[in-house]
Amino acid sequence: MKNKMVMLQIVPYEEIMTLSSVGRIRKLLNLAKENKIVLLQGRLKKEEEAELIKATMEEINEDFKGIELAVINPTVENLTGLKRFKNKVINALLGNRTGFTVIGPANIVKQIKKDPNKIELLTSENTNQKNKKNKRRNNKKR
Amino acid sequence: MGILALLRRFLFGWFSRKDSIKLGLYGPPNAGKTTLANKICLDWLGEEMGQVSRIPHETREIQIKEQIKIEHKGKTLQFNLVDTPGIATKIDFEDFIKAGLPEKEAKKRAKEATKGVIDAIKWLDEMDAVIVVLDSTKDPYNQVNITILGNLAARNIPVLIAANKIDLKKSNVKKVQAAFPQYPVIGISAKYGKNIDNFYSSLFKLVK
Repeated sequence: MKNKMVMLQIVPYEEIMTLSSVGRIRKLLNLAKENKIVLLQGRLKKEEEAELIKATMEEINEDFKGIELAVINPTVENLTGLKRFKNKVINALLGNRTGFTVIGPANIVKQIKKDPNKIELLTSENTNQKNKKNKRRNNKKR
Repeated sequence: MGILALLRRFLFGWFSRKDSIKLGLYGPPNAGKTTLANKICLDWLGEEMGQVSRIPHETREIQIKEQIKIEHKGKTLQFNLVDTPGIATKIDFEDFIKAGLPEKEAKKRAKEATKGVIDAIKWLDEMDAVIVVLDSTKDPYNQVNITILGNLAARNIPVLIAANKIDLKKSNVKKVQAAFPQYPVIGISAKYGKNIDNFYSSLFKLVK
């Protein structure tokens, strides 16, 4: 049986902190398009998540099928009252660094199952076959 | 949210009783948005709104039915119903082929579906109130659901969650309620009209 390699790219929040919304989305989407599973420290703004979906749709073609996306934010989900408010203020000032965002290319990550405190990535069984098929298709086009 | 959107929201609060409001149907593909739109339109206009299919992304363009007037317990509510394409993070034409479409048609459907998702997101700013239709037989913690609800909250748009397909054995409305405790959730079967009276009551509360 051949081994399958899945590349995981960790993106610390500092790497996207100074970027504009468009820049953040572009960076994350480009990594996903390179067939990497992105593990981002923190999370995007709600509006950026929607923009990421929009940008993904614009890029979809026969080779790039889109992304799987999941945000895991266990500490914030459990906060209430004053602690929640404090957390919101900190996030507004410094950016949302709590939790993780997982972005995987859809041809590799079939599904992301979320539990409040854990995530399961279900990968495609035929990823290698699909990649080979896509390469063959690209060669034919050339 | 822009100043204009805030202003519109403010004005909506004042004039919603007088003018027709835009009521959006949002959700992931195949949750039953168009089935619910058809049920509402059949009940109050006597005609359906759009075509439904077991193959996802049947609705690929924004569809609007204007001037729907519903009556419930002596009150009336008038709105323009906006049925939107299902929001997804991935679209694979090969899935449509597996569902039985010819390759050419599958590719066309995939291309139109991507445009539909973009349009649905663009239209978020236009909505005065939204019914998020979820398939109650599926895992509600899907990130698409969370992103839609988060964006509606960020825009201060009132939301009602319709946990659809309660006629199916696997339906679990309580799971949907547990996933989104901050929103009103109503279990319905848009296909068979189950619990639809309670749905209309919730709709009045949503836009009161």
